[in-house]
Amino acid sequence: MKTELSLDVDGAPQRLVVDNRMTLLDLLRERLGNMSPKKGCDHGQCGACTVLINGRRALACLALAVAHDGSEVITADGLAHDGALHPVAQAFLNHDAFQCGYCTPGQICSAVGMLDEFAQGWPSAATIYPSSEPELDHDEAAERMSGNLCRCGAYANIVPAVQDAAAQVAPR
Amino acid sequence: MKPFAYQAPSDASTAVRSVAADPAAVFLGGGTNLVDHLKLGVATPDLIVDVTAATSDEITDDGAGGLRIGAAVPNSDLAADRRVRERYPVLAQALLAGASGQLRNMATTGGNPLQRTRCVYFQDVTTPCNKRTPGAGCSAIGGYTRYHAILGASEQCIATHPSDMAVAMAALDADVRVLGGAGERAIAFVDLHRLPGEHPERDTVLEHGELILSIDLPALPMAARSAYRKVRDRASYAFALVSVAAALDVADGVVRDARIAFGGVAHKPWRATRAEEVLRGATASDESYRAAAQAELADARAQDGIDGGNAFKIPLLIRTLAATLRDLAREEA
Repeated sequence: MKTELSLDVDGAPQRLVVDNRMTLLDLLRERLGNMSPKKGCDHGQCGACTVLINGRRALACLALAVAHDGSEVITADGLAHDGALHPVAQAFLNHDAFQCGYCTPGQICSAVGMLDEFAQGWPSAATIYPSSEPELDHDEAAERMSGNLCRCGAYANIVPAVQDAAAQVAPR
Repeated sequence: MKPFAYQAPSDASTAVRSVAADPAAVFLGGGTNLVDHLKLGVATPDLIVDVTAATSDEITDDGAGGLRIGAAVPNSDLAADRRVRERYPVLAQALLAGASGQLRNMATTGGNPLQRTRCVYFQDVTTPCNKRTPGAGCSAIGGYTRYHAILGASEQCIATHPSDMAVAMAALDADVRVLGGAGERAIAFVDLHRLPGEHPERDTVLEHGELILSIDLPALPMAARSAYRKVRDRASYAFALVSVAAALDVADGVVRDARIAFGGVAHKPWRATRAEEVLRGATASDESYRAAAQAELADARAQDGIDGGNAFKIPLLIRTLAATLRDLAREEA
């Protein structure tokens, strides 16, 4: 059983007919050839498939494509502008925040979404009182990025990279 | 994955009619649990009815100090809502203790309580499970039981309910407003989930085709002093071994009132009414908190298991309740 749907992916309108069973992750990779979101666990446990759906970070592996007709999807591939890296991607480079790079597109999309959430004043489990205004210290950044797993030696640099990027993308 | 038809009606009545008419139809909210179950073969619907456009995504004041939370409100928006953070901090904390930022952006208020157990045997279709296939047997009993029940289990099922949000809702006297073929009805949140008994395949009292429209929180001034404490195997992004949702009203060193629910220990969020009774009028002290926990756990029964079993949950839960109440009493002072 198939359904026709429209999506905007990294700024390009797409119209395609998909099997109802297809996830957004498989649509991006297998139908559009966008290999930046990764199929790590395919069960919502690793975060490697993280993309921005209508501006919010989400797991493409647990999103049925048919349920996102009309959505705007941004992958790590679509974050760069005019050949310049997104500030979060540049911060990952500056801080040596990746080694094998497999989780990195998901980490970067997650960080972009997280910094927007933080700028809106959303609390996290690390925020001492949910009614207080959090600071993006190490514990806050680590907790907010806990949905993205990394098993490489450079993973300790991810939090500093995200903190550094925060100053540039979401001045408070 | 088995093929299925997909519908996304714009109104709740149509959604209810579609699902009620087809025994193999299911509702879809954020999909964070259902889509995984489609892949695992745990869920094999032939019709999926997406209700994210058919239900409200707004949080509205009820005019009497309470809140009506539409079923399509994402968990992240609910946790960030100023009214929730100030009136019901236990709910914001419970939501933020669950899952990850990405999952909270997807998961909905109506879907969260209807997520299914994370019992590894339930999720593995190669092992017998009474919840998946009634009568097949239970692989968890005597198996890996670290995440399993110590309260209200049956000979058929020892699974636990995995939601953090639901534990807070149970403590807060919330109601669930549902729409079925016969119209709307309200169910006390504490009565939404069942104990397994002879029918572990049924998680809740909802009839097939009944749709959650909203969760309604009553005014509860004492909940301004409330907290959620979760103990787990890693610091974030893990399910509870035990958890406590509590609101405490203390004056002059005496407990005037309390609302308490436990997570990670039963087939449903466990409202601890016995503990609440012990606490009312008691001195606000560690002795009282422990006595309250012990009263609630008088019928607790640990499971043996190849991983050493889960007897550790009983003293752990007593300490976790005492620590939660101690912190809340300190906030009062």
